Amino acid sequence: MKRLLTIAATLGLLTVSPVAVQASPQQDLKAFRAYFTKRFPDVPLQDFANGVYAVDKASREQWESIEEFPPYELNIEKGKKLFNTPFKNGKTYASCFPNGGIGIKQNYPYFDTASGQVKTLELEINECRKKNGEKPLKWKKGAIADISAYMAYTSRGKKTNVVIPDDPAAMAAYESGKQHFYAKRGQLNMSCADCHQYNAGNRVRADILSPALGHTTHFPVYRSKWGGLGTIHRRYGGCNKQVRFKPFKAQSEEYRNLEYFHTYMSNGLKLNGPGARK
Amino acid sequence: MRKLPGILTTASSVLVLSGSLTLLPVTTSTAGPAAGSVIEQGKAIAFDRKKGNCLACHAIEGGKLAGNIGPPLVAMKARFPDKAKLRAQIWDATKANPNTIMPPFGRHKILSESEIDKVVEFIYSL
Ligand code: HEC
Ligand code: HEC
Repeated sequence: MKRLLTIAATLGLLTVSPVAVQASPQQDLKAFRAYFTKRFPDVPLQDFANGVYAVDKASREQWESIEEFPPYELNIEKGKKLFNTPFKNGKTYASCFPNGGIGIKQNYPYFDTASGQVKTLELEINECRKKNGEKPLKWKKGAIADISAYMAYTSRGKKTNVVIPDDPAAMAAYESGKQHFYAKRGQLNMSCADCHQYNAGNRVRADILSPALGHTTHFPVYRSKWGGLGTIHRRYGGCNKQVRFKPFKAQSEEYRNLEYFHTYMSNGLKLNGPGARK
Repeated sequence: MRKLPGILTTASSVLVLSGSLTLLPVTTSTAGPAAGSVIEQGKAIAFDRKKGNCLACHAIEGGKLAGNIGPPLVAMKARFPDKAKLRAQIWDATKANPNTIMPPFGRHKILSESEIDKVVEFIYSL
């Protein structure tokens, strides 16, 4: 008994004043954010949610006029309709989510202790369908992106709030996402960080590289190049291909863990999805 | 012998390139050394988006829409009195700087040895 208490006390102390044995997610976040606010001292923290337009004044005006008649408006309507249309069994998506699925995107992705894995919003949309006897949707675009866009839209203005619970499995998922972000890969040997951290604001050919801080606030994204909406895993695949790396599957454990780390780094930034990009 | 068309077809079917690294067509200037010379061949390889794509990161005379991730490639003889060092930088930039974003063109077989030789001749002429 006494020994147990001592252990508990020690653990308690550890959580009050964390010891810097290994960088904790909170420390990572602090350093990550500081890197970008130092690199772009004129950009207010919340403005990083605007991606490349936060650091590229030249294209910002054009983008702002696009956002006045957003190309994703129809997708939000379609998504809303799908979201509210009952399944064959009479239930709706609302039955699968906290708060009926409204204004909750800021909490995604989250670590589900019961199943021991990272759950993304899209993953749970399809889990909801399966649970109610419906076929799953394709992962990267189409109906799933429309529904996700509607759910994102109802969450606008809420602050990104990804939680890493005190669970070694959650830490492992976070670490694996962090590793994906910083590891060099593909024939061209580049990491996500090479482009979106160390060279954020620089030009690769004529394209300005967006800072990774704020990357996740506005997904799914309408891209002119895609001619439609895409989920963040679609984008991950595209960026992996650019360096001649064979992408992982959308909603693979690898990409869900990457999304976990990537989104955690933007904690505190307000959601503004869906967004519009080149 | 230039076997570019064949190489390009293979490259574009094997490597699915997307995004900014391949967005626009190659622009080559008509001025400069005679077409067909080693320097001219090196320039074509260096500017080709599916080959060297050096313009993605470096400003190079005669190239359009260059990026600014790496330093402009100018006065190369002054910066690299030893041509072998220049070749080594292009063959594997991670040797000098493990964290560099510059791809290891030789080590990862992005370019063949003879393509690298030609690129070196071109870069050395700048
Ligand atoms: C060769 C450089 C390069 C690498 C490496 C790269 N990206 Fe990108 N990425 C781009 C470019 C160019 C764009 C389009 C312009 C922009 O928004 O940055 C982009 C866009 C994005 C976007 C969309 C931003 C927005 O606001 O909508 C996300 C998210 C993203 N990248 C994540 C990643 C992740 C994660 C990785 C690593 C798996 C990665 N990228 C690797 C070049 C790269
Ligand atoms: C994705 C970006 C990128 C690409 C593509 C790239 N480089 Fe570089 N390069 C760099 C960076 C960044 C440096 C700065 C040195 C470093 O990072 O270690 C550099 C440095 C160099 C240097 C040394 C310059 C000096 O004065 O020290 C040479 C020479 C060079 N690159 C040639 C090339 C050639 C030739 C190609 C194409 C075959 C190429 N680079 C493609 C990013 C790139």
